[in-house]
Amino acid sequence: MRVVVVGAGIVGAACAFHAAAAGLDVTVLDRGPVGAGTTSRGEGNILLSDKRPGPELELARLSRELWDEAGAELGPHTVELEPKGGLVVASTPGALAELQVLAARQSAAGVRAERVGCVRDLEPHLAPGLPGGVHYPQDAQVQPVLAAAGLLGAARRRGARVRTGEAVSPVAGRGGRIRGVRTADGAVLPAEAVVNAAGTWGGEVGRRLGAPVEILPRRGFVLVTQPLPPMVRHKVYSAGYVADVDSDGAGLGTSCVVEGTRAGTILIGASRERVGFDTAMDPAVVAALAAGACRLFPFLRATQVIRAYRGFRPYCPDHLPIVGPDPRVPGVVHACGHEGAGVGLAPATGALVTAHLLGRPWRGADPAAHTGLLPDRFLTGEGTPS
Amino acid sequence: MSEPGDLVVVGAGPAGMAAAATALHGGLRVTLLDAGPEPGGQFWRRPVRAADPAARAAHPRRGRRTYRALCAALSAHRRTGRLTLLTDHHAWTATRGEDGFTVHAVDRSRAPEETDVALRAPALLVATGAYDRQLPFPGWDLPGVLTAGGLQALLKGGGVPAGARVVLGGTGPFLLPVAAALATRGAEVAAVCEASGPSAWLRRPGPLLRRPARWAEAAGYAAVLARHRVPVRTRTAITAAEGTGRVAAVRTALLDADGSPLPGSERRIAADTVGVGWGFVPQLDLLVTLGCPLADAGDGSMAAAVDGGQRTGVPGLYAAGEACGVGGAALAVGEGRLAAVSVLADLGAPGRPNPRRLAAERAAVAGHRAFARAVAGAHPVPPGWSSWLTDDTPVCRCEEVTAGAVRSVCADGSAADHRQVKQLTRAGMGWCQGRMCGPAVHGLAAPGQPYAPAERLIATPLTLGALAGPGEPPPVPS
Repeated sequence: MRVVVVGAGIVGAACAFHAAAAGLDVTVLDRGPVGAGTTSRGEGNILLSDKRPGPELELARLSRELWDEAGAELGPHTVELEPKGGLVVASTPGALAELQVLAARQSAAGVRAERVGCVRDLEPHLAPGLPGGVHYPQDAQVQPVLAAAGLLGAARRRGARVRTGEAVSPVAGRGGRIRGVRTADGAVLPAEAVVNAAGTWGGEVGRRLGAPVEILPRRGFVLVTQPLPPMVRHKVYSAGYVADVDSDGAGLGTSCVVEGTRAGTILIGASRERVGFDTAMDPAVVAALAAGACRLFPFLRATQVIRAYRGFRPYCPDHLPIVGPDPRVPGVVHACGHEGAGVGLAPATGALVTAHLLGRPWRGADPAAHTGLLPDRFLTGEGTPS
Repeated sequence: MSEPGDLVVVGAGPAGMAAAATALHGGLRVTLLDAGPEPGGQFWRRPVRAADPAARAAHPRRGRRTYRALCAALSAHRRTGRLTLLTDHHAWTATRGEDGFTVHAVDRSRAPEETDVALRAPALLVATGAYDRQLPFPGWDLPGVLTAGGLQALLKGGGVPAGARVVLGGTGPFLLPVAAALATRGAEVAAVCEASGPSAWLRRPGPLLRRPARWAEAAGYAAVLARHRVPVRTRTAITAAEGTGRVAAVRTALLDADGSPLPGSERRIAADTVGVGWGFVPQLDLLVTLGCPLADAGDGSMAAAVDGGQRTGVPGLYAAGEACGVGGAALAVGEGRLAAVSVLADLGAPGRPNPRRLAAERAAVAGHRAFARAVAGAHPVPPGWSSWLTDDTPVCRCEEVTAGAVRSVCADGSAADHRQVKQLTRAGMGWCQGRMCGPAVHGLAAPGQPYAPAERLIATPLTLGALAGPGEPPPVPS
């Protein structure tokens, strides 16, 4: 089977990695360079802690295992895969009680979650007086662009081709089934399946393929500090983060996320705004992020910020990714809409897409177990978006 | 937040000072800010101890009358209250809204305290100048190896040469005044290595012949160098620096037509200090953040694209001086004046210069620009410069990324530009955010194309405390 993957970000790379491993003939196309979209704009989160029990957590649990497998093949150091663990801290007793209820439900769903009374035992530089938190030892971090490049490199070694600087349009065949894609130079790349892994631009690619899906941008800023000796060991975030991830508000949400990197810099997130593809700098958002980080880690007040960047998370109306075949256009498989979790969910998404292509489970991904992510949930009986 | 004025000018070098003076003369309320302790910029940088005659001697004679006139004009308008002069204020970002621009600056006048200050106005002029273009070579990270601009700044700031025996290298007319100033201040200048050939100017002599003042200036430097017996070696480059703990010698070589070292032409010159200058790169951080379109400046770098009145592609945003393409202080002053005239016209202010003076100003700017283009054409970065690099030569010093690492991600097709190289190797991710290594990484990844800097939403490092605003004071380190 010949497969074209549209998108060379982390999700497209993971799709190519798994599909090539399954022996499929894979070509990855991207209009830009490898990992240059939202992949390069995140912190590289691989998280279970921020997910409530449900279809996304199930995908995340599988993905966590597949990240270890991929890391073992690529070399954990080459992709900076670090199983550092997450620490969610509450700032009030009420927030702690809510956090503990969530942690208990997550534990029941198979996530390791450990109550922490004195959070400074795990993170000595946290502000004094925080009532407690929950430690999630499975949370991890990876350098997303290195990871995308590494996964594509491994796919190439299994025969996949990667072509950057290529915008595509579909070639339809009999009965609406896709026959391939046409590249900008007019050449037709024949394929039995086309995977929409275009991330934040998945809506546009879906439209071109005749299989529109609603993917919207949610802007986020990240701050990067000067390199420091290790001061923050885990991924540390405030308990309000999970509520913010799930929120439907169009306005600004800033919950504080602080973590170190191997290079010694500290990354500070995470703002969420629905402002379309507005790329403008917003000093008020950046100031709110800084204030939140300084409340958690007071030493940061004297630490220099050297960089800020922003990106656009691809989200669906119900905050779940769309993974699976589109019933309207046979041959089109969606793998987009992962919001801020694309890096964490990428390997399981790649495995699940491969399983859909093969028509059988692949690497623990069983299409029958992840029906909650199918595009069908947004379609009426006539196959039009509801 | 301060009272909104009519115009914010970022950068109080020749362009920014001239623009502010013209705008004030035309009746506008102006906020002029600069990261330095007083106006003047790099070109008119004043000694830390103004009474030091040695440091004063390093101050350029050229344009001193203009400088004094601009200082007087600015002082007068500070007294009228229409000029707010903010020194030790470093603009760290800027935004554009419906009612104009907001420049965020970090106030360092009471260092180490840092405070974020927001300055608003319907019009914004960015005159942030340029910085040294650095190209790596084996040994360039040794102590004692500086930029030519850095050597000059040390001389202007303190009046003392950075070393006893200096070798200068690179290309461009800037090497000569640095060499002359060093020789005058008592340093032994063992060699000036100019990568271009002596006949480079003969290919396009017109602009030089039309600027006799620059001709005389160059002749003056040449006379100083001859008096101090400073050898100027053309078509020669510093290809390596050697030493343990500090530079002790450089290796130089003659270059062939494409800039590769000619075999057998190598020499070793003892030196305790090295200054290297490959021209300058426009400082565009604020402009790129504001979405200003760029254009090829013709000297290997992109610069702000402006019309004949220094208007950028963003309504209400103006640029003047080296940010629009490197061309020296006289051009910067002219561009600053033209920009202010545009601001006056666009805001409908009554005070504008008479048409004949304006036409003369425009003609002078066009002449300076033609001269700058001719200089750039005569002093290109030699295309073969990267052949001097060994695979273990550090290219990005902040993150210790070598030429070999950059070459390998370019060779396998993973990276086609310096942004992609950064993602894959960390080159440009450190303290300087690629300001130092960006042009070099770009030269390795996309040779022959003009360098456009990566977007930097934060134009200068500042503390999280300054960003966050007032709060609990930072803890005392235990």
